Amino acid sequence: MKKFTSLILALVLSLASVACAEETGSIYYLNFKPEVAEAWEALAAAYTAETGVPMTVITAASGTYEDTLKSEIAKTEAPTLFQVNGPIGLKTWKDYCYDMSGSAFYDELTNDAFALKNGDAVLGIAYLTETYGLITNTALLEKAGYSVADITNFETLKAVAEDITARKDELGFSAFTSAGMDSSSDWRFKTHLANMPIYYEYLADGITSTDAIKGTYLDNYKAIWDLYINNATCEPTTLAAKTGSDAEAEFQLEEAVFFQNGDWEYGAISEYIPDENLTMLPIYIGVEGEENQGLCTGTENFLCVNSQASEADIQATLDFLYWLVTSETGTTTLADTMGFDIPFKAAKESTNYFKKVAAESVAAGKTPVTWNFTTMPSETWKNGVGAALTDYAQGTGEWDAVVTAFVDGWAAEIAAAN
Amino acid sequence: MEKSMRKYWPIFVLPTMLAFLIGFLIPFIMGIYLSFCNFTTVTDAQFVGLANYIRIFTDPSSNFLHSLWLTSLFTVVNVVLINVFGFVLALLLVRGFRGTNLFRTVFFMPNLIGGIVLGWIWNLLLTGILDKFGRTLVYSEAYGFWGLTVLMLWQQAGYMMIIYIAGLQSIPDDLIEAASIDGATPLQTLFKIKIPMVMPSITICTFLTLTNSFKLFDQNLALLSAESSGKLKLLALDIYETFYGRNGWEGAGQAKAVVFTIIVALIAMVQMRLTNRKEVQQ
Repeated sequence: MKKFTSLILALVLSLASVACAEETGSIYYLNFKPEVAEAWEALAAAYTAETGVPMTVITAASGTYEDTLKSEIAKTEAPTLFQVNGPIGLKTWKDYCYDMSGSAFYDELTNDAFALKNGDAVLGIAYLTETYGLITNTALLEKAGYSVADITNFETLKAVAEDITARKDELGFSAFTSAGMDSSSDWRFKTHLANMPIYYEYLADGITSTDAIKGTYLDNYKAIWDLYINNATCEPTTLAAKTGSDAEAEFQLEEAVFFQNGDWEYGAISEYIPDENLTMLPIYIGVEGEENQGLCTGTENFLCVNSQASEADIQATLDFLYWLVTSETGTTTLADTMGFDIPFKAAKESTNYFKKVAAESVAAGKTPVTWNFTTMPSETWKNGVGAALTDYAQGTGEWDAVVTAFVDGWAAEIAAAN
Repeated sequence: MEKSMRKYWPIFVLPTMLAFLIGFLIPFIMGIYLSFCNFTTVTDAQFVGLANYIRIFTDPSSNFLHSLWLTSLFTVVNVVLINVFGFVLALLLVRGFRGTNLFRTVFFMPNLIGGIVLGWIWNLLLTGILDKFGRTLVYSEAYGFWGLTVLMLWQQAGYMMIIYIAGLQSIPDDLIEAASIDGATPLQTLFKIKIPMVMPSITICTFLTLTNSFKLFDQNLALLSAESSGKLKLLALDIYETFYGRNGWEGAGQAKAVVFTIIVALIAMVQMRLTNRKEVQQ
């Protein structure tokens, strides 16, 4: 018996000694973007090969970042580097964000607008900017007898879309891809499209965030949503089950002219449609003077360093971030492989064609629309708006429910969070 | 033997105890504690007393009572349908006609497929059919409700059937024979002899279907994955989405889970007691 006890004891001890990890720092990045997961893993391997610092990249499945982060960060081997989506995301995670104000990584940033601050503390730094709008197949548009220059505001967009719908059978394609309200696609409307009325309201009121949205431009939101659902590839009643891949496939197979999405779709689209047949139009919603409106450019990718990680890990992570935006390997991967436009001094030009479109739009004097959806009070608010939009589209609900979810829901969620 | 048992019991008990402790007891106690806390991650919590419990019952956006009502309805419908179907199948398949074994296998098969996979399969099937009518599974809660019922019936009826077959086969032939000599009709034989004799099977099956339906999660998640209106959210999925999907509601999600556990335990206990009394001794 004694022999047995000592054997067990020895086993337990040996297990315990394995559990005590090494003292040098390591990096664990919880990646938000599944589309560039492989590129991140390759980059991590390259960094380890170059410096000997171990680095792990785990990618959260689409739409589950917050869930994954919530469980990962509670572990002993927590992520040292993670992302928040903006001021609202920061509210949840600020106790876990290291102040990067003195770091070399922060010094590389070209524009302070990309730093997410709490007082003077720099808690998050955006590492890329993205642009979304109406991705347009110009070849199909020409086949329908129009050109990009014909579309300058909501009126003209509506006229073109409705004309295409009227001649749908003859042309063999629709105006819009399906406005799917499955969770893989509904963010395009409950978040990205909802940004438009919020942007104009903030602009009119001269504010950058609010505790009580007024919904001044919700009629315009209704107008564009009506346009999307009534001129699409499918019946409005079936939208609830349409996924992001459905809409993507419809655009790839040239079944529709317009596809509301962002430059991150470039990789998927460019395999099917050549650059010369592609462009991105602003999302017009019928506001006065919108002829001068540009594309929606902003970011919801703020990198944060886990303040509750060990000193060594924090330092290793900060070193990596500096390397990421200054080294040849880092900047090349970000620009070429991932196709990102990064707001850092040593940035390389991105190979993403839509970045060029966005830059041309700015050069032509159009005003980019900012990403104000980062100020939306919560996921619950977005879900409420999304549910009401779906009900309205399939005819089981009224538009008033969208207004209620938008305006009253906003106030309720702000109240619930504070 | 007795002596060595006394000496070596830790070897047999400790591993299981350890697993039980790590896998069940510690998370359970921690979960109860967390339901009284406000937290973002489970390792960093602040005690707030009963606030979470008040919130889940009074906050209009909590959805808890609505889910509870839907889940109860779903459970009742499913317990009845699954057991009736399972029992009828069993009655048919103990008659010993050709191909009995093939049919038993066919009906039992769905049980071998996991809930998530089943959910996806039925999602494809039902969405494909509903699309012809311009509808979707998340068109309204009713669509999700009946879709999920069909799925559960398909998955569970076969399993219950096997249990009922075992029960029916254990009824002594002389009882049935005596009944038929006494002139009992097939219906009388069914209600006066077969059903009382398979009461233990009924206890097991009701218990299984009751708790299965009440705790249903993966089928619900996979069949109705679309995150929009009209989605049927049974309690387990609602708890999951409250915990993971709503910032600041982690404690409330935990409180829902505790209330849920109490309800499941209560139902199971009452149910066991009720059906146990009806069992007959052979």
